[in-house]
Amino acid sequence: MNRLLSLLITALAGLLLLYGAVEFPPWGDPRQPASTHVSPRYIEKTLPETGVPNAVTSVLADYRGYDTMFETSVIFTAGVAVMMLLRRSNGKKR
Amino acid sequence: MVKNVDDIIIRTCSRIMVPFLQIFSLYVFAHGHGSPGGGFQGGCIMAASFILLAVAFDIGEAKRRFSEKANALLCCVGVFIYAGAGAVSLLFSSNFLDYSAWRHIIPVGPIMARYYGMVLIELGVEITVMAVMVSIFLDLVTAGDQEAVLEGIDD
Amino acid sequence: MIELLITKHGYLFYIALIMIGFYGMMAKNNLMKKLIGMNIFQWSIILYYISIGSKKGGTLPVVLTGQAARAADYINPLPHVLMLTAIVVGVATTGIALALLVILYRKYGTLEEDEIIKAIKQ
Repeated sequence: MNRLLSLLITALAGLLLLYGAVEFPPWGDPRQPASTHVSPRYIEKTLPETGVPNAVTSVLADYRGYDTMFETSVIFTAGVAVMMLLRRSNGKKR
Repeated sequence: MVKNVDDIIIRTCSRIMVPFLQIFSLYVFAHGHGSPGGGFQGGCIMAASFILLAVAFDIGEAKRRFSEKANALLCCVGVFIYAGAGAVSLLFSSNFLDYSAWRHIIPVGPIMARYYGMVLIELGVEITVMAVMVSIFLDLVTAGDQEAVLEGIDD
Repeated sequence: MIELLITKHGYLFYIALIMIGFYGMMAKNNLMKKLIGMNIFQWSIILYYISIGSKKGGTLPVVLTGQAARAADYINPLPHVLMLTAIVVGVATTGIALALLVILYRKYGTLEEDEIIKAIKQ
């Protein structure tokens, strides 16, 4: 019963996604909306403005450096959370 | 909890591979500006070298090389380097995380100051990612009983 | 329909992977299998997002020549950057979920979902 209901919901969600996939731009189109607004500016200006040839590194560390700082703090928080959940000391001092 | 399987092929091969893995992770980090790479990728490879040591040998062997105290310290040092590199720009009346303000400290032009600022923050990211991945792995494998594993070291 | 299969066939594989992960999260009884389903869901969405940045005839987004770069020659770097953050967040989520599973196993002795719900209700 549980599996049949899950299968039905999954098939329904898949059909909805397929119905939305008809409207997607074709594969590898250079004029699709993901590649037009600010991304050509990053590729053209990465060497004159920052001196770094790798566009991925310059966008990650310089143009979007604020996101990377909070993402570093997210992984730090995850490390602290696992420490708090799992570590228990037996009360002995070394 | 963790069995001590004695296998000479695995031990010899991992003993050879671990230093090469660490040098390769430094190479990937340093070449992040000219080819695919950077802080996250180098940090994961360096963490993989310590996890290889823990998997092939005993857990106590990994802890002897990289103690708990150094692990917890390095977690914080990475985030501190990142936020500190951004806060130094505030001291020179610039925006937060604006690396061209570092040209008042290092005598280069504003473009190369952004280059070196990016190297510094990628170093912070690599240190944090490496320390946190090793810490999560060791916590999950020992299920929190730190002292029960450490008692095997003194034998 | 045929146009969907020829020009947009990549999207069908990603939709199939998303649905496999979704079914695994809902229908399986063991908590570890649910966690693996969530992982498949997460990584397939990351794969899909990176794939929308491809361009026909483009190369790696590393600008090596000294002249000005044309944007049509290099693939879009922006999805790669956003998904680097998403990968690290996925790893953090998986680590915390595994820690919660360890605590659940320590307390109830089992990882089956219906047995845990029965033990909670008592």
